[in-house]
Amino acid sequence: MGADATAAAQGQRLIELADVRKSYNIGLPNEAEVLHGLSLKVDRGEFVALIGPSGSGKSTLLNIVGLLEPLTSGSYRINGKAVASLDDRALTLLRRDTIGFVFQFHHLLPAFTALENVTMPGLIREGRVSRQQLERARELLATVGLSQAMDKRPSELSGGMQQRVAIARALVFDPPLVLADEPTGNLDTASSDGVFEELRRMHRERQTSFVIVTHDPRLAARCDRVVELVDGAIARDEPVEASSADSSHP
Amino acid sequence: MLPYAWLGFESRIAVRFLREGRLQTVLIMVGVAAGVAVIAYISALVTGLQENTFNKTLGGQPHVTLQSRDDSVTPARAAEPGVVAFSDTQAKAQRLRSVANWQSLLPLLEQWPGVAAVSPIVAGGGLAIRGEATQSIALAGVDLDRYDRVVRLREKVVAGAARLEPGEGIIGIELASDLGLRPGDRLTVQTGSVSETVRVTALVDLGVRELNRRTVIVPLRLAQSLLGLPGGVTSLDLTLRDVWSAKDMAADMRRQFPYKVESWQETNAQLVSALNAQGVSTGLIRAIVLVVVVLGIASVLVVSVVQKRREIGILRAMGATRGQMVRVFLVQGGIVGVVGSLLGLALAQLMIFLFTVFVRGSDGQALFAITLTASLAVQVALVASVCGVLAAIAPARRAAAMDPAQAIRI
Repeated sequence: MGADATAAAQGQRLIELADVRKSYNIGLPNEAEVLHGLSLKVDRGEFVALIGPSGSGKSTLLNIVGLLEPLTSGSYRINGKAVASLDDRALTLLRRDTIGFVFQFHHLLPAFTALENVTMPGLIREGRVSRQQLERARELLATVGLSQAMDKRPSELSGGMQQRVAIARALVFDPPLVLADEPTGNLDTASSDGVFEELRRMHRERQTSFVIVTHDPRLAARCDRVVELVDGAIARDEPVEASSADSSHP
Repeated sequence: MLPYAWLGFESRIAVRFLREGRLQTVLIMVGVAAGVAVIAYISALVTGLQENTFNKTLGGQPHVTLQSRDDSVTPARAAEPGVVAFSDTQAKAQRLRSVANWQSLLPLLEQWPGVAAVSPIVAGGGLAIRGEATQSIALAGVDLDRYDRVVRLREKVVAGAARLEPGEGIIGIELASDLGLRPGDRLTVQTGSVSETVRVTALVDLGVRELNRRTVIVPLRLAQSLLGLPGGVTSLDLTLRDVWSAKDMAADMRRQFPYKVESWQETNAQLVSALNAQGVSTGLIRAIVLVVVVLGIASVLVVSVVQKRREIGILRAMGATRGQMVRVFLVQGGIVGVVGSLLGLALAQLMIFLFTVFVRGSDGQALFAITLTASLAVQVALVASVCGVLAAIAPARRAAAMDPAQAIRI
């Protein structure tokens, strides 16, 4: 506990899960425990792949880490804050200021253009989009190669482009942590590589921490650390060999 | 950090959501507009109708009248228990009696808070005779200036000029045509054994045929001598600043003075109950339409919440608070309410225009004035908009209650 507090105080420790359990349908006949006492620590600047078969609890874990779902028991500290004591509003604000999301099916707002989607976090924060934010959003979209598609709606963009808009959106406020759920899940190999490269580049440039859920062993091999989940428990947690990690740094 | 722009996020998202569900939005706005139009039109119509009825019936009447108490017979002493007594009391015939001390009462009543004007009147029955023709009349002796302040007689003059010098009289137009009289002509007024000749100065239209056929207005003194009440008056007529305070004021005066005081509500009980019935049914219609409007807005927004579930989850994941999501839907309800009620008011105005153009009385004149007053319009629009916001509360809370993860998963 003392060591943990020191790590948090030093600002190194970003995520700290201890003995986390998660059950669904509590009290019903179909009650099911998805995570069975899981513990995990992620430091600042790490690039972690979360792998495992379907139904192993990857997405649930990601939702819990992303403060999108409450945990049933155990403790969770993010950025030094114990989550259990926070109410919904505090959780929302913490999520807003700490975490960027890249969802599997991109989850852009269909009614808004690419640029509007990327400026949405600013609108949520300040009730307006400042010139500064607009500049930043344009810059980010240009970085992911979408300077020509800013005023297009998601339905007018290809899957890879949509995913890159989602990445720009996740990064617009420079959060310390980005959570990605199958960011390349429904993309062809070329787009998939492009999107992943984008994530790695952001990591290099900003020291953002990434936790990426993926099915794709190729992608996992290009991360710095692989955590494998089997049946709601961590089966493997190890750094990726230097040789395969190198391949992600051409 | 820039200050938070009030409702900036909420209104942008609300507008975009409304624009996305174009057909739904249009349908519900038309629904709200129809509801608001019905409410505004019915309200304007009934207000016009009531004012019309009111002016016609009450225009020639005082709001409160003060008379001497009815003569009554003191009843026989009640029989002791066990004793059978035969007694029969016949009600007394009411003779014309003067209001005691009316000269000193008059200034007192004029000072009374809420009283606009007081007019002493000598009223009784009589006959109007011209040549062979005889008509029974209601004779009223008045002080013209005071009387005018109570019933606005001068506004009702249709021929001649209102003037009541000694020996002059003002008569109703029906009476004038029955007796073939024009301003300047003479007629004889007879009561019991006394008869006097008066010169007609003006014809008045009091709005009710029976009144127009019977009314003869003469100076106070002439009526006093005709009706055998020298120096006396049969009643004091009062006009109030607030018509509806008549009942309470009459009750108040009854407690303080030993006179018979009646408000117009008591003398026109049927009119009052008719107006009340009208008011109640109007209120009922308005309430029901309002409920329909509220349910309409609420149901469309409930559907919208279900449809937008994923978007709500995404916005929540990006850091939108529950409060912000609730307000998005409240703003939607408000926009629907405001736009719908503006459309509705325009529609109501159109209906009123059509009513005045196409609904005509037998004389080709519009039946009565019906106008949508600014205050009514503002009131209706405000109520509809507030109801729009209220209708959005339930769906909005539903939208905000979802776990973001759960919302996105769908």
